Amino acid sequence: MIELQDVHKRLGGRQILDGLTLSVPQGMTFVLMGPSGTGKSVTLKHIIGILRPDSGSVQVDGQEVPRMDRAQLMALRKRMGYLFQNGALINWLSVAANVALPLQEHSKLGKGEVDDRVHEVLRLVGMDHAAKQMPPDISGGMKLRAGLARALVTNPEYVLYDEPNAGLDPIISQQIHELIVEVRDRLGVTSLIVTHSRACAVHCGDRIGVLEHGRIAVQGTVAEMTHSDHPLARAFLGGGAD
Amino acid sequence: MNLLATIGASLSARVDRAGYVLNLLVRAVGYLPRLGRRWRFLLDTAFNAGVRSLPVTMVVAAFAGAILAMQTGIELRRFGDTAVLGTITALSMCREMGPFITAVILAATVGSSIAAELGTMQVSDEIAALEVMSVDPVDYLVLPRVVAMAIMCPTLTVLSNLVGIYGGSVIAEHNLGVSSSLYWLSAREALTSSATLLPKEVYVGLLKAVVFGIAIATVSCAAGLRASGGALGVGLAVQAAVRNSVILIIVLGFIVTWFFYFLAG
Repeated sequence: MIELQDVHKRLGGRQILDGLTLSVPQGMTFVLMGPSGTGKSVTLKHIIGILRPDSGSVQVDGQEVPRMDRAQLMALRKRMGYLFQNGALINWLSVAANVALPLQEHSKLGKGEVDDRVHEVLRLVGMDHAAKQMPPDISGGMKLRAGLARALVTNPEYVLYDEPNAGLDPIISQQIHELIVEVRDRLGVTSLIVTHSRACAVHCGDRIGVLEHGRIAVQGTVAEMTHSDHPLARAFLGGGAD
Repeated sequence: MNLLATIGASLSARVDRAGYVLNLLVRAVGYLPRLGRRWRFLLDTAFNAGVRSLPVTMVVAAFAGAILAMQTGIELRRFGDTAVLGTITALSMCREMGPFITAVILAATVGSSIAAELGTMQVSDEIAALEVMSVDPVDYLVLPRVVAMAIMCPTLTVLSNLVGIYGGSVIAEHNLGVSSSLYWLSAREALTSSATLLPKEVYVGLLKAVVFGIAIATVSCAAGLRASGGALGVGLAVQAAVRNSVILIIVLGFIVTWFFYFLAG
């Protein structure tokens, strides 16, 4: 379970998070929406321990993330997958080498076992045919799928998605949404998705929260949020959104 | 008061940057036992650094040796002592000019490239992705570069020294009337007449080259890892990497010379 309590964070002279409280129970897919600059990606970076809050509590399975030492953080991160906006693939490694990287660094698997696992997750995201291609030679959607494969290769319990469909056309976006749902259903992961996309939120989410001024202004189930009269819920999830 | 505050803030930022670079180096050294896992990347980096810088380093070294011989030879001719031209050129190249020229060129070519590469990785979240995968960027990116530069800078320096001494011989023979055989005899005597295998000048020069290589790689990695703000930030990182590397090369060069020739005798 992911739990944030009254988290405050100031970055570059701006108050980004201002009393954020958020809870994602085991197995749930929580979608975090909100205007740009309200701290959605910053929230994810607190959960994975890249950023530490100025005050407040960030817990994963009851363990306080900001108090973890490097070894504990490494252990936590091995249980988490993180999909960056553009996939964040290492440019000089092939798609397969990118996906293999976490296993090569941390597991005691032999080369054959690593290769098998890499091709297994690449098949899951529909990228097995592009295993040998280099990141600069593939499209944005393929980079995202490769990034997702890399996030899943260690069998994580949690997956954090940072704008998984930013800059993608509607068809590729839809494929990514279906992939997120498939990952949830097949692997049973707990997910937190940061997005601006109504389609992504409605398709993938169990629960949706909208951030404003560094805290959650409104949240509820998908049905509650799509029928809410709250101005932010209407702006992000109303009929005209997306 | 405002001026004091500005100076204080600027000083604090510089101390912070210097601390970051030192910390990076210490952390990289801490990962040395894991270097075996990075040998392939290390060889790639060393090969790229060497190949990329070799032609320009050799051209500059040849001209530096020629200028050194020309300037020294003009004065020596006045005293009728051009026979020692080979000695002076060889020792100056090995102790000072060779390491210095090589390091400045490596800072401009490899240092800038390291800062640009790591800076681009930083602004495109690739560094964050490594951290998320529990791969320490210092272990994965910084250590192989530091070791590669610590190997390549002295290697290129040896070549620079030889090419520089040769450049001096051309000037000696064609412009100063010193026969090639006399020049090379004098140079060879200077580089072999020692109780140790090679004279102190050569060892000090090579030590400088190792120190310069480590400094360039660490400073350039630090500049790249601290880049922010997209393409502009990467540009500023490259600028900072080259500027700070050149300053460090000069300061460290002075310190090493001072230590071996004035402090330790």
